[in-house]
Parts: sequence; structure tokens; C-alpha cells
Amino acid sequence: MSIRALALIPVLCIFVGVVFANRTYPIVLGMPFLFFYMVVCIVFTSLVMAIVYACDPANRKEE
Amino acid sequence: MSAPLVIIAVAIAVAFVLALWSRAHKRMDLEQWAVAGRGFGALFVFLLLAGEIYTTFTFLGGSGWAYGTGGPAAYILAYGAVAYVLSYFLLPPIWRYAKARNLLSQPDFFTAQFDSRLLGALVAIVGVIALVPYLQSQMTGLGLIVQMASYGRLPEAWAIAIAMLVLALYVTLSGVHGTAWTAVLKDLAILAVVVAVGILLPARVGGLHAMFTSIAHLRPGFLQLGAKGMGVPWFISTVALTGLGFYMWPHAFGAVYTAKNERVFRRNATFLPLYQLILLFVFFAGFAAILIVPGLKNSNLALLAAVEHVFPAWAVGVIGGAGVLTAMVPGSLMLMTAGTLVAENLYRPLRPNAGAGEVQTVARVVVWLVAAVTFLFSIHSNAAIVALLLMGYNFVTQFFPSVFLCVWRRAWVTLPGAACGILVGVLLVAYFALTDHTIVAGLNSGFIALAANFVVTLLVSAATRSWDMRRTALRAADIPVHRAGEYDA
Repeated sequence: MSIRALALIPVLCIFVGVVFANRTYPIVLGMPFLFFYMVVCIVFTSLVMAIVYACDPANRKEE
Repeated sequence: MSAPLVIIAVAIAVAFVLALWSRAHKRMDLEQWAVAGRGFGALFVFLLLAGEIYTTFTFLGGSGWAYGTGGPAAYILAYGAVAYVLSYFLLPPIWRYAKARNLLSQPDFFTAQFDSRLLGALVAIVGVIALVPYLQSQMTGLGLIVQMASYGRLPEAWAIAIAMLVLALYVTLSGVHGTAWTAVLKDLAILAVVVAVGILLPARVGGLHAMFTSIAHLRPGFLQLGAKGMGVPWFISTVALTGLGFYMWPHAFGAVYTAKNERVFRRNATFLPLYQLILLFVFFAGFAAILIVPGLKNSNLALLAAVEHVFPAWAVGVIGGAGVLTAMVPGSLMLMTAGTLVAENLYRPLRPNAGAGEVQTVARVVVWLVAAVTFLFSIHSNAAIVALLLMGYNFVTQFFPSVFLCVWRRAWVTLPGAACGILVGVLLVAYFALTDHTIVAGLNSGFIALAANFVVTLLVSAATRSWDMRRTALRAADIPVHRAGEYDA
């Protein structure tokens, strides 16, 4: 399985996770939970894409 | 004259001077020196990219939606992340294809893929239709700022008329290439304003935690999904629709071609999602407005009204001035795109012998036409700015099935399949819009149109595969005769 499949994880976190994250409380870092969860998803997306980028052989070729 | 009016007039004047100035001097390509970092540090590039997130949609629309609808505004945070993940896989093949064939515009991609100018023309028309509500959101925002600066003395229609004139005149003066310096000024100004407003307005009502706690007490359930029919299914379908449509905008699709290499897209996908976090400030400002200026009829006004209530006149002027630039830079880009689409992909195929000057004149005239049409839509509409952008997305995402299949499984899509899919999707969107159905069965109506579009594209393609193969073979044999004729299916 290609390392690129990792990219599915943050997408699933957003689309499936929202079902469980749709709540006001607890208020975390001053934000309602739904908003806090989306912030976590964004940071996680960036992290996962950085791993995919680093491991993807397509980015190792000389251009 | 009031202080805000003076400062906002100065902002408009500066934009015009910069437009004329950069026309007189050598054209500067923002992307090039941003990437190369010629003399500009990483911090400067960071600030520019962060400011670029802001258009009127995010500035007044995002805060207005937080104010008016609450929880559903969270979709604006999520869809960017989905779009950037997709960009990692979708943009490099599009870039390679465009590079190999020297494509310039979005319709060119369809014309080349399916060897049909008629399909290219259809894509150009749908693109212009989608740009109108997007442009309307910028014009509405500009009008609101002008009205605010006059402290309500100027009637709304006049304010929007001024906004239309400023936009169209700006495009005419700045030429087809745009003005990088105005964009730099806009990016820095709006970033400073948004961070200041996003911190100071919540501080005014006791800080973030206290603010959200009192909103949750005042209106239980407002800070999560579910209100006004916008529940979890609406969120999922809207994030999917807008995430897939993000790069389907004519100006965004065309900008993909200009990248230096395909690795740029993959690298961008790693850090661009983080920039979405800058949007939090504008949401905080919108939520603070609930406590500062409750009960506004027009939610688009939330941020401006709260600002007027809290800040001294000069600060209102600075915020308004930044808002003006934030509407002018993207607004002028959209107007230019609409003009070029009509001139290059509708007019030129009809008049193959037209000279460059003639085509340019057509583009200029179209700019004013589109601006006038948008003005007519704007004056009697009280639509939320976010609702306008979602309408644009409903149209523009209808390109996604064909583009996706072209890149992923070229054999699965034929010319009639692509054309029928786009037509069915666009007609459904138009039907839902005219009958005022933005939400159908809990889902974003544009998503339903997208699903129908996908199914029709696949079915019609399967049914017309042999016809399409015969056409391709015939055309390959026919090329010299055909090119001479320049007429096309």
C-alpha cells in the first residue's frame, strides 16, 4: 500500500469525526468543542501531509 | 467629512495610484519573487500568504456567518484542509497536461481533453455564471463599507453603485495583469486588522471563554451544528462540495498552470492547511458581535457594526480601508477572469480572424457588462455573503466529475458524458436556486446536483464509448482539413 493512502486519515477525521465532535462543551482553549476539533483536524492534516510528502518517492526524483 | 470616509477614500486612491504605477513600470509577478524570496525574508512571505486567505467572503462573510448561524461557520475551517489534501493528488497531473499543451485557461483544458470547442465554450459560460455570485459578495461587502463610512447617510443602492464603478474602473485601469503591489498592501493591512479585531472584540466582552459561555447560555445549541436545517449531513455535504470545488474556480484552475514545477503543489499541501487557522480571528470577532451589537437584521454588517460600536472613528476608517482593498483585489481578479473567459473562449472561436486588439476590447466590454449584471443582482439582495459564495460553489463544482475522471480514469469519460454531466448538474443547481432550495433532505443542494452529475457522466460515457472512439479516429485522420476550417463540434 502506498504511503499516499495516509492522506485519507485526516479526511476521515473531518468527515466522520464531525458526527462525534458536534457539541458545544467542553469549551477547550476558549473555543466551543466543534471549533476546537476542527482546529485539531487542520493541524493534523498538515502533519500527515508533511509525512506523505517526505516519504512519497515522487518527490525524490530530480526535477 | 467624517474621518472614516477620508481614510477609505485614501485607500481607494492608493489602490488606483498603484494600479497606474505598476502599469507604467515593469510588471511584477508576486508569485515569482515570493517563491524566490529575492530580498524578502521568510517572515514577509509568511505574512503575505496569511493575508491572502482574506477576501470579503472570509472577512465580512465569515464573521457574519458566525454572528447569524453560529456552528455551521465551522465548515469554512474544514473545507480548506480537504481541498489541500486533494490538491496533492489532483493538481500535478493537471499541471503536466497543461504544460505539455501550453494551455492558458480552464476551458482550454476541456477543449483539449475532448477535442471540442463547444464543450470549452460551455465551461466558459458556466464559469462566468459561477463568478457572478462570488463577485456579488465582494461588491456587497464594498458597498457595506462605503455605507458604513457615510454613517448610513448614503442609500444602499448608491453605495453598491459606487462599489461597482470602483471595481470596474480599477480593472480597466490596472489592465489584464493585475497589480501585485495592491495585493501586498491588502494582504498586510487585512492581516493586521483581523488579528487586532479578533483579539480586541472578544476581550471587550470578557475574553474567549467567557464570551462563548454566555453565547451558549443565551442560545443553547447555537455553537454547534443543527440550527436552521444545517446539521451534520449538511456539514459533510458542504465540506465535500466546497473542498472538491476549491480548485475548480476558473481563476484558481488557470493559476495552477503557472506553477514552476509539480512538486510545488505537493509541498504547498503540507503547510497551506495551517493558514486556515488565521480564520479563527474573524470568527471570534463575529461571535463577539453577538454580545456587542445583538439583533442586527443584516448579518453581513456584524463585524462593521461591532467595530463602529467599540473603536474610535480613525480606527473604523483604517478597518474600512483594509476592507475596501480586500474586496477590490479578489473582485478585480474575478472581473478580469470573466472578461478573458468570454473573449478568449467564446468570442475568439466564433471569430477566428479577430486580432489581439479586438479580443482585448471584447474583454474590456465584458468586464463592464458583468459588473453591471452583478450590480443589478446586488441591489435588491439581502443574501448572506457566505450564501452567495456557496451558490458559486454549487455551479463551479459541477466541473469536478469530468476533471477528476480525465485525470484518474480517462477511458471512463467521453465528450457526450462530460457535456451531459455538466449540463445536468448546472440545470439542477439552477432549479434549486430558482425554487429557493439551498438544503434538500438535510444535504447541501449543490452536493445532490454533483452526485447526479457524476452518475450521468459515467452512464452517458459508457453508452457513447464506441461513438467517441470512432469520432477520435475520424478526427485523427482528418486533422489537416479540419484545422484549416476552424469550425468545430
